[in-house]
Amino acid sequence: MSVTLQSEPFEPGALLTAFSAGRVETGAVVSFTGLARAEQGGTELLELEAYPGLTDAEITRIAQEAAGRFGLQDWLVVHRIGPIAPGEAIVFVATASAHRREAFEACDYLMDYLKSRAPFWKKSHGPDGARWIEPTDRDRTDVERWETP
Amino acid sequence: MARVLLFGRLADIAGWRERTIEGASLADLRAALSADPDLAEALAGKGVQVAVDKVIVRGEAGLTATSEVAFMPPMSGG
Repeated sequence: MSVTLQSEPFEPGALLTAFSAGRVETGAVVSFTGLARAEQGGTELLELEAYPGLTDAEITRIAQEAAGRFGLQDWLVVHRIGPIAPGEAIVFVATASAHRREAFEACDYLMDYLKSRAPFWKKSHGPDGARWIEPTDRDRTDVERWETP
Repeated sequence: MARVLLFGRLADIAGWRERTIEGASLADLRAALSADPDLAEALAGKGVQVAVDKVIVRGEAGLTATSEVAFMPPMSGG
């Protein structure tokens, strides 16, 4: 159960192997790896800014809430910060539970949160200069799926 | 006195990311920051949040000599 914000690249396969190791009561591990897109040449470099101490605390708070809501045994979030090249992994989320449904749903939920509300500020550097990126309407409606009336 | 941090587009607008500013309250800091009209307008914009010592606050807050105050534009997600 941890959040890591790091500027160094990570290898998703190694994270998944380590996360899955030594589990005898876990029936399901679900993972998601997000890659930085080139946007047909529009993005030459992504730059992700976080507020260490606030960003990780906020992600931890949401992940702990998700763990309770979905009945997770364990979870892991690794997020890149700083400059990220297209094709590089930008985020890795893994969830573990006794049965698959809980792990699938919790991973989906965590990603919807991370993409729409996590305290990051994202800038795209391209041939036409740099621009700040904000959540899309799709990102917002994705996360609203989980809100119970 | 507070260590003031600007994030995202706010830092671009101001041309700085971190600065020590005299003030005993958020209102004092806002008054000092309004010397830069572009920054003042951006800080008043929709969705700008303020954190004192890494905790998001709404409204006013008192500051100490060691307070860290962050002005954060709408979060973009990861």
